[in-house]
Amino acid sequence: MSETRSELKYLSSHEWARLEEDGTVTVGISDHAQDALGDVVYVELPEVGATLAAGDEAGVVESVKAASDIYSPVSGEVIAINEDLEEAPETVNGSPYDDGWFFRVKPSDVSELDNMLDADAYREEAEG
Amino acid sequence: MGNRTPLYDTHVAMGGKMVDFGGWDMPLHYGSQLEEHNKVRTAAGMFDVSHMTVVDLDGDGARDYLRYLLANDVAKLDGKPGKALYTGMLNEHGGVIDDLIVYLRDPGYRVVVNCATRDKDLAWMQQQAKNFAVTLTERPELAMVAVQGPEALAKAKEVLGIDWVAVIDSLKVFESVARGEWFVARTGYTGEDGLEIMLPAEDAPGFWRALADAGVAPCGLGARDTLRLEAGMNLYGHEMDDDTSPLAANMGWTIAWQPEERDFIGRKPLEQERAAGPKEKLVGLVLEERGVLRADQPVVVDGTEERGIITSGTFSPTLGYSIALARVPVTVGDSAQVEIRKKLVPVKVVKPSFVRNGKSVI
Repeated sequence: MSETRSELKYLSSHEWARLEEDGTVTVGISDHAQDALGDVVYVELPEVGATLAAGDEAGVVESVKAASDIYSPVSGEVIAINEDLEEAPETVNGSPYDDGWFFRVKPSDVSELDNMLDADAYREEAEG
Repeated sequence: MGNRTPLYDTHVAMGGKMVDFGGWDMPLHYGSQLEEHNKVRTAAGMFDVSHMTVVDLDGDGARDYLRYLLANDVAKLDGKPGKALYTGMLNEHGGVIDDLIVYLRDPGYRVVVNCATRDKDLAWMQQQAKNFAVTLTERPELAMVAVQGPEALAKAKEVLGIDWVAVIDSLKVFESVARGEWFVARTGYTGEDGLEIMLPAEDAPGFWRALADAGVAPCGLGARDTLRLEAGMNLYGHEMDDDTSPLAANMGWTIAWQPEERDFIGRKPLEQERAAGPKEKLVGLVLEERGVLRADQPVVVDGTEERGIITSGTFSPTLGYSIALARVPVTVGDSAQVEIRKKLVPVKVVKPSFVRNGKSVI
């Protein structure tokens, strides 16, 4: 059984979002998603400074098995990306909720997080 | 619930992530596909391939039957009991019904065909058998385990015991030996040395456990696919199918044109195609940038409007970048472009083989 975290919000497309203390939002993919993808070999991230709308394609994660688009759960400006994933994409498998984060957004409307699933609802949807 | 091999419970107990494959519940991996892949390239891994279909052919007409049924010529096996031959089985249009290995038993033959094509293969083989004195016997009671990698033979000997050591030491590549219901062949689908072992279903779990105890890594279908792709080996339904000529699938070497008087199914259309010059061929692609080539991505070749297509693509764990097999116009040069998510990226065009015996052959 894969891990979910109660402090995170989720999309049914398997991204998670975390509201940080400084008001930014960190985005990654769920433990369930990394497990389903298998060994991650390549992550394509948005550019720092890019403006995203909620639901926009923000990157791609490729495993040995398949490619999967990453969507931004919130609107705003990309203020940081996880550059470590370039050299060590397998971090997504080993630490999907911590070291394997993808990018960080300065949200233009933080209430968009309320449209996301909580951990229990996501677990229900992802694993049935 | 799908079909289950005699090793199903063993896979589950060993942590195999089970998926449906052609109607069979098979292990995709046991944790990390990459680790399994690397184990086969550097030491030894094992695969449950019991889902594949084993058919024994017996009778006075078996040789003539196979010489008509298959594009390669089983006459090459005459006088060499145990010897194996890789071949396509073609339809009347020269498309590939399946690829298979045929072994000369003594007497008779054994063929191993793909599981996904089992029903159409058997129907075709039975239909063609009507005019020959041959009987076909499927052997579903046999399990099959592939032990592959530079340490595969040593590990297999360790487990099989002293009675088998001399036999395995004498086996050359593409040779097999039978003892009772056990059938050991020096063949595989990884580009490494190794064995494919058919054995009674009831013996399979114990044999698998013993190999694991000897340090052979259980490997799933995921690693099997990346290994065969690095080795440049075809997968049915990808590099070839009923509508693909073997000449466009890097299988020209498996067609025995000589002797000319041998008629085999598909010969005429293939001769016409060869005389006219094939329009497409199978090549290897190498992506040196970041990204991963995937099946069905279009390949743009200079000087022609005709597009090629990637038939199989993956990240190559051994090489550290992406590789692919692609069917492209024969005019292709040493570079091309692949459309990945609406962007054209440059790729190198190479022979369709990337890794052999643990090393790059690009």
